[in-house]
Amino acid sequence: MSHAIQDRPVTAAPQRGPLAHARLPRWTPAAIAAGSIAGGIGIGAAAGWHSKVQWGLLAALLFVLVTFAVTTKVEGSRQAKDRVATSLVWVSFVLAVVPLLSLAWVTISKGLDVLDGYFLTHSMNGVLDAEAGGGVYHALLGTIEQVGIATLIAAPIGLLTAVYLVEYGGGKLSQAVTFFVDVMTGIPSIVAGLFILATWNLMLGFGPSGFAGAMALAILMVPVVVRSTEEMLKLVPNELREASLALGIPKWRTILKVVLPTAIGGITTGVMLAVARITGETAPVLLLVFGTKLINPNPFEGAQSSLPLYVYEQYAVGTDAAVARAWAAALVLIAFVMILNLVARGIARWKAPKTGR
Amino acid sequence: MATTTPDIQRSRRAKSATRPGDRIFSGLSRGSGITLLVIMAAIAVFLTYRAVLAISKDSTNFFTTFEWNPANNPPVFGIAVLAFGTIVSSIIAMLIAVPVAIGIALFISHYAPRRLAKPLAYVVDLLAAVPSIIYGLWGAIFLVPYLGGLNQWLDQYLGWTYIFDKSQDGVARNLFTVGILLAIMILPIITNVTREVFLQVPRMHEEAALALGATRWEVIRMSVLPFGRSGIISASMLGLGRALGETMAVAVVLSPSFVLSGHLLDPGGGTFAQNIAAKFNEANEFGRDALIASGLVLFVITLLVNGAARWIIGRRKEYSGAAA
Repeated sequence: MSHAIQDRPVTAAPQRGPLAHARLPRWTPAAIAAGSIAGGIGIGAAAGWHSKVQWGLLAALLFVLVTFAVTTKVEGSRQAKDRVATSLVWVSFVLAVVPLLSLAWVTISKGLDVLDGYFLTHSMNGVLDAEAGGGVYHALLGTIEQVGIATLIAAPIGLLTAVYLVEYGGGKLSQAVTFFVDVMTGIPSIVAGLFILATWNLMLGFGPSGFAGAMALAILMVPVVVRSTEEMLKLVPNELREASLALGIPKWRTILKVVLPTAIGGITTGVMLAVARITGETAPVLLLVFGTKLINPNPFEGAQSSLPLYVYEQYAVGTDAAVARAWAAALVLIAFVMILNLVARGIARWKAPKTGR
Repeated sequence: MATTTPDIQRSRRAKSATRPGDRIFSGLSRGSGITLLVIMAAIAVFLTYRAVLAISKDSTNFFTTFEWNPANNPPVFGIAVLAFGTIVSSIIAMLIAVPVAIGIALFISHYAPRRLAKPLAYVVDLLAAVPSIIYGLWGAIFLVPYLGGLNQWLDQYLGWTYIFDKSQDGVARNLFTVGILLAIMILPIITNVTREVFLQVPRMHEEAALALGATRWEVIRMSVLPFGRSGIISASMLGLGRALGETMAVAVVLSPSFVLSGHLLDPGGGTFAQNIAAKFNEANEFGRDALIASGLVLFVITLLVNGAARWIIGRRKEYSGAAA
């Protein structure tokens, strides 16, 4: 990320001469865009299409075709291809932004209907499916406990593994660890859940509990922590290590007192991003924590709930009141994750190690 | 540069006595590295063990059966429908997501005004953090009704292609919708990796092309895309790995059935992960073993896809390191 996004050179300004083609004025793309949006809406409304998706697709198609036709006519085929590529890039950008804006907008507007202090401080105890009321307190509590335990398991393992890879590595073992950390990043969350299910529940005979879910979450978290910590440790200048070792300080104290404190900002960021990632995981929680309507503060005994699981359950119930609760819980979840993300990135900027480049 | 110091250390340690603190600390860190390998091995071993228990009692062929009834006597279950659904929905997701992601990556790296590019890259990072259950909720309540019209339209004009022939009525809770939703979900990761690669294209290559009078598109086609090809491939495979293993969004959006149908717009079908989430609660212990068996297949597939992606990235790293 240290590469700043550079200003790319822009094609030279148009020159009127016998060798240069005619150029379209600068406002052409905007005009064509406006025209094709109007065309999309007009044709869509005239043909009686209900789906706005079709209107949008038609407008995008019109935009690309009209751009190509106009430019070929005025500027020649090479310029036309260039313009089409530019408009395709813009179209793909818009195509991506529209669903994401809609996701954010829908979650916020629907979530705010139900979300209030009562919702955050009450459980679903005794609340019927069809009836409004109830809250997410039990789920919030479960999420915080499970994610906390998972972090307590995963952060030390991840940190030490990264220290091993950067400070002690170099052999066949560290190559294997690097490869499998990468592969582990791609394990589907449900497979991690099935693994704990197969060992902890089916082999050892424990029932569902928050702790079982936390172990599966830890498996998902470890590789993320290793990756980010490794990157940060690599940024610590070697001169610092050498200076410390030259003073006769043992290597382990050098790592603990010099290397880790230098990189602590980035490491914190990495751990927080990993926490944000596992907070939203539903599948392992569904298999291992099981879900309950009651407040269960003990993560080691009995079923708990969690925010993503709560969203899933309430959606599955399907009554209006339940779906409204699902949106509110989704808003709580997304706010939780986004705040973690923003704080983590803030710390990263604030504490970024000086690389000297 | 970090590797030289430990080498010297190691050769010296062989001769002189090491401090106990050093030995404990290096033991601990090496131990956690080994723990990781053990966990990976344990996942493979235990899943295989439970899967073998289940498959040995399966009265039909596990790979070609179109049914999932492990509670029957004798048990009948197979993954044919799940494998089909998983692969088809992932292919749809890739067909949509890869071109769009390349477009966004190019937009951020080469097209967007500089003031817009940084915040955009940041937003894409944030999007990767949205939990999948929220994509699922949005997909089920918001996207499904909107895609109804598109489905009808595809059926009307492209129905002759067989795959877009909608033979049953019903809302758009089908593999096609799942594919679109998965595409939206894997966009951020593909975009992030390709953007990183595009930013590494040597400036000289681009400037040389510009100096020869190339248009911006020709610069991209002749210098950026060839340089970034392996990056694009591995990014797509990372996205594919995500799409294959996605559980909750699919479980919420799809209305599952154990029918293998090439009509993508008909409701029904299923994926590995979705089937596990949907069948888990009602399954007895043997049923859970059967689900673990299907999970093992998913695990192996994602392992292969991710391993291949990482291998391509690793190879490219060496190559560009030598060139730089």
